[in-house]
Amino acid sequence: NSSRKEGPAKALLHKATSSQIKNNAFEVKINRKKFDVLGRKSKHDVGLPGVSRSKAINKRKDTLLKEFRLKNKANKFVDRRFGEYDTKMAPEDKILQRFALERQRTQAKKDIYNLNEEEELTHYGQSLAEIEKLTDMVDSDSDSDEKGLLSAELTASNFGGGGGLLRKKRPGENDEDESQKHKSRQELIEELILKSKQEKRERQSQKEEAQELTEKLDQEWKSIQNLLVHKTPKAERMEEPEKPKLDDYDVMVRELGFEMKAQPSEKLKTPEELAKEERERLQKLEADRLKRMLGDVEENATQKQSHLSADDLNDGFILDNDDRKTLSYKDGKWNSDGGEEEGQEGEEGTGGEEEEDDEDGEDDGSGVDDEDDEEEEDEGEGGHSDLDSDQASGAEDEEEEENDEGEEEAAKAKPALSEEERKAMQEAAKAELPYTFAAPESFSDLKALLDGHSAEKQRLIVERIQKCNHPSLAAGNKAKLEKLFGFLLEYVGELAMRTPPELATVNIFIPQVYALCQLFPAAAHKVMQSLLGDSAHSMEESIEVKGRAAFPGLDMMIYLKIVALLFPTSDFRHPVTTPAFVYISQALTKCPVTSLESLSAGLVLCSLAVEFVSLSQRFVPELINFLLGLLHMAVPADTLVPPFKQQGKASKLLLLSDAEASNSWSRKAIPLTSVHRVTASTDLEKDHYRLSVLHTCLDLVKRCTLLYRQLPSYVQIFQPVRTLLAKHLPVQSYPSSLQELHREILEAIPETPSKHAPLVFEKKKPIPLKLLEPKIVLDYGKKRGNTKEERERERLKHKYKKEFKGALRELRKDTRFLAQAKLSDIMSRDAERKRKVKELYGSLATQEGEWKALRMKKRK
Amino acid sequence: MAPSKKSSVKQSEGGNSEISYKKRINTKTELLLQSRRHANDIFDVLEYLQSEKEKEVIFAINACQKIFCALLERGDLYVGQLPSEEEMVEGDRDADEKYHIFIRHRYSNCVELLLDNIGHEVFQVKEAALTALMKFAAAEGQHPLQKLEFSNHYNFPLELILVIVRCLLSGTEDMALLISRFQEFLEMDDVRYYVMSSIRDTITRVMDRNKRAVMPVFQNNVFTLLTNITIPSQSAEINNFLIRQEGKSPLLFTFEQTWLTFLKYKLPGNMYKKVLVILHDSILPHMNDPTLMIDFLSAAYSVGGAVSLLALNGLFVLIHQHNLDYPDFYKKLYNLLDPSVFHVKYRARFFHLANIFLSSSHLPVYLVAAFVKRLSRLALTAPPTGLLIVLPFICNLIRRHPSCRVLIHRPSAADELCNDPYVMDEEDPAKCHALESSLWELKTLQSHYHPDVAKAAKAVNQPLPGLEDDLSKLLELTTFELMERDLKSQSLAVPLEFDPAGGLLKSAKEVLGVHFSLE
Repeated sequence: NSSRKEGPAKALLHKATSSQIKNNAFEVKINRKKFDVLGRKSKHDVGLPGVSRSKAINKRKDTLLKEFRLKNKANKFVDRRFGEYDTKMAPEDKILQRFALERQRTQAKKDIYNLNEEEELTHYGQSLAEIEKLTDMVDSDSDSDEKGLLSAELTASNFGGGGGLLRKKRPGENDEDESQKHKSRQELIEELILKSKQEKRERQSQKEEAQELTEKLDQEWKSIQNLLVHKTPKAERMEEPEKPKLDDYDVMVRELGFEMKAQPSEKLKTPEELAKEERERLQKLEADRLKRMLGDVEENATQKQSHLSADDLNDGFILDNDDRKTLSYKDGKWNSDGGEEEGQEGEEGTGGEEEEDDEDGEDDGSGVDDEDDEEEEDEGEGGHSDLDSDQASGAEDEEEEENDEGEEEAAKAKPALSEEERKAMQEAAKAELPYTFAAPESFSDLKALLDGHSAEKQRLIVERIQKCNHPSLAAGNKAKLEKLFGFLLEYVGELAMRTPPELATVNIFIPQVYALCQLFPAAAHKVMQSLLGDSAHSMEESIEVKGRAAFPGLDMMIYLKIVALLFPTSDFRHPVTTPAFVYISQALTKCPVTSLESLSAGLVLCSLAVEFVSLSQRFVPELINFLLGLLHMAVPADTLVPPFKQQGKASKLLLLSDAEASNSWSRKAIPLTSVHRVTASTDLEKDHYRLSVLHTCLDLVKRCTLLYRQLPSYVQIFQPVRTLLAKHLPVQSYPSSLQELHREILEAIPETPSKHAPLVFEKKKPIPLKLLEPKIVLDYGKKRGNTKEERERERLKHKYKKEFKGALRELRKDTRFLAQAKLSDIMSRDAERKRKVKELYGSLATQEGEWKALRMKKRK
Repeated sequence: MAPSKKSSVKQSEGGNSEISYKKRINTKTELLLQSRRHANDIFDVLEYLQSEKEKEVIFAINACQKIFCALLERGDLYVGQLPSEEEMVEGDRDADEKYHIFIRHRYSNCVELLLDNIGHEVFQVKEAALTALMKFAAAEGQHPLQKLEFSNHYNFPLELILVIVRCLLSGTEDMALLISRFQEFLEMDDVRYYVMSSIRDTITRVMDRNKRAVMPVFQNNVFTLLTNITIPSQSAEINNFLIRQEGKSPLLFTFEQTWLTFLKYKLPGNMYKKVLVILHDSILPHMNDPTLMIDFLSAAYSVGGAVSLLALNGLFVLIHQHNLDYPDFYKKLYNLLDPSVFHVKYRARFFHLANIFLSSSHLPVYLVAAFVKRLSRLALTAPPTGLLIVLPFICNLIRRHPSCRVLIHRPSAADELCNDPYVMDEEDPAKCHALESSLWELKTLQSHYHPDVAKAAKAVNQPLPGLEDDLSKLLELTTFELMERDLKSQSLAVPLEFDPAGGLLKSAKEVLGVHFSLE
């Protein structure tokens, strides 16, 4: 055994002499460099082949040789005595230390105060006495042992072994040792494992059982406890002094627990829900209205009448109000108090004008306390229908009904309704607006709906249509409302073309149109485009056939104005406003001014054009040309500008027939209707009209001068205007405000053109020169990876190759080393044998010699 | 036995006349054609031609046409110099001859009445009369009423055609409709030929009678008739004569002469334009000697305004194909440029020609610069369609004449402010200092409201690319087409006005509301 034991490797490797080695020229090998690369640091310019070889050999001795020696060996001997592998320690010291340790250990285990006992018989460091007791010292309850791994104690106790050293083993060595043992006693170990598992299982089941039992016990106890509580309150009271304290805390906890903490409130309603509610409400109102129209109110009304008799003022309004109540206040908010009712009544009495105010000041108008939030929101959205409900059939009804029913209402104060009254109510209900409307399928439908109503009511109707068909309510509603926009515009056009034009109604529709447009921009722009396109097309056709066209009607003017309201006119290119511009331009260039009406039409278009460009300040040549043409008409001399043609009398359209007219003229806006018909009949009125037109014209010119002041050709553009105004226009005969305007314009246009720098091209960024470097091909046709992946691949390949070669070399060296080791083994064995043989021969020879000498002696 | 004497024959007797006149005319026609005994019935038929009811007249016209065509076919009409009716009675002729003479007289009566009917106020009557007369002409051609000296002499009812043409070229009534009806007869080359010579006669006669004064209606009729005469493009096609004849066609010569005669007299203004519009493609190519038009065209060119613009086209043909040398042509062209060129109907034609005239690279720089500057100045009042023509036009001119580039790029004096040295009122392009100026007008137009125009004007900000812009597509661009570009483009998002509209006249930038009220 000892022969196999490996001595510690000789590490005394010239430690002190390393510097000597490095300086020793024979030890050093200098690697010659082929190219000297500046800035490159090389690690391998100097090598120490002797040192590195001896290093490699030593390393092999430590590893490979050991492995080789242990080849085909099943186990190995590890000496764990103290300081066994410590080379620095002197053998004597080792022995001393070992002895000391041995003594310490045996003593440390013992009771330190037991001074009597000197020695105890031990077996592997344990007292034999204890072993004899055979008490199970294993802590069977410990849950820490894992999955069949046996604790050291267990094995030790069960197998009486493991040795005293076992406990001091380091864990790694322990494993090794154990596995070797297990290998030798495989079955035993398996048995052991089984046992430990079983034990564990038993333990677990025991535990469970115990738990079950305790639970059971608890339950039983509880049942008994109840009995105890009922039977022996006193016994309880004994414990109560403690309980209240607990309760205080408990209460506190509970209070905290059950406190109203951020209870999920009613969620905010989505627009769809709101719209749905709105529609439902309107539907309900409509149903009520229908009911009333059919005359189903009687019983209800009488009952309520008796209820409210205390507040009855007997003026008939109450009754009316009362029955409204039945129809519109199912939610009961109207029950609150009668005083307010009266107040509202008074408001209603004042008539329809107040309605608008009410709408504006929505919240105070509705002012009912128990109204919930969403309702208010609804109102905010569009309060008219709400208003109606609040005021119970609203002021509109009032307007219509009150007069005819004034007498009847007094009669209605009586508790029962007579037949006539009922009839009257039915009629009233008929007169009232329905609350729900189907979306019109065609323009004529819409017209049928709106015809015969006042402007305000028409708006209400449109609004209700819009609400009842909110896109979120049903699938087809979007298309319906989109159509509604088209119909509404058509209707607006029709209103404008009526005689007389109902522009006030148009005005009222504008917010609706705007809202619809905001909802459906795509549809709105399509409709607008088609309107503009159709009109422009017809104008174009008329121009082609007749060579001229009449100014577009008031409807187109209104449409153009609506375009300006709905769409941004300042866009560089816009699918609606750009065609609108072109349309205006076409009208201004192609339509001859032949009458007072066309003057008005032209000026409306000019104002629109100015309005269109007021933000963008874009240049509209037609505008200035047209205004100039109009001004030419005010000049007695026979001049004109190109698009205007010589038309005899028409070319002097703006000439005042009597200069005296300017004295009585006062500035006021021209009615839009003059596009269709100028109401002026007498010469004086006509002159006044002309002066208004001139005023507008000059004002527009002034606005243009302000708009276009920045243009480089400003003076050239306005020069004709200036010449005309300065030299030809009979300003003296005009009123002072016109003269003022005239002066301002002349001041705005300088006589001499302003100076400008000559045009040059915009400076371009200098284009960098073309670089004419030679193209360098680095790898001379060898395809080399350029992408990152390819380069990485290349690098790895190279590395692999290097490593492979290195490994091969190492393997070779290993085999060489092993072969040498084997050889030296064989040599040493042979030498031994030779020595022994020699010895034997030697001894035999001496034996022989002795024997011969003896025989010689005998012979002698 | 003149028809007037037989006034006893009644045209209408109340309600049943409707059927009765048809029946009566029909029976009489049949009788007439059956035997000579009923020859006198023709008076009754002729009487109907003067009826006041157009239906009767039309019916009678058709009947007459039938009768006389049949009679001509039969040779029942007297041939040769027609003796008067008095002579007929006196002379010793046999019954047959008398009958022929009688019928011949009725025939000429009928023709007279039909010519009267061409002046009838109802178009159907006119039309019927005209077709009947043309039928007669055709029949007469087959069966000439004149004695022929030579058997194979070409013969054409010249007099008949002459009177028809005279009627058509009425001095008091616009015959455009009837003339368009007459056009179908003008398909025939011989008719065309004789009609043209008749026109020439008529013009000379009428104009001389009126002492060369302008006669709008008459001249209008002449023009309509003349324009309806289309000359086939190849002379080989001119053998479509009603009556075949060997030899060379004098058609082109007559055509030329007719037009020259027509243009010799003073024309009313709109007629001038009409002639000039068609001159270059329907008259000049068919003339034997187009140079004869030089006088007319140069006179027109110096008239000024739209007429000059139109004369350009004819002049161009002459200059281009017939080596006409026109003094101060460019100067006149330069002076033609005034603000109206953008507004006249013939804008496209003008720019097309101007483009051709200015296409030569041998033009002096000052001239091109003057044109460019003047056009850009005029562009300040032009509508967008005009601008879309003139801006690429200007760019093209600058491209063709690189020395004009100083107009848009003058780096030598980039920092010096200066007044525009260009003199707009100067008539001579050489003296207007255009070359010293810059196109500030285009700079102005860069802020034009129409995006396409603004873009086109911005082209001068950079060096112009080498290729010329194609003008041909832009020339005929109408305002509506311009509008459609935007109407048809499918834009994804439509920007909306964010400022909520409260009322019609209540916007933030209200101008309309300042001057107009909602009443």
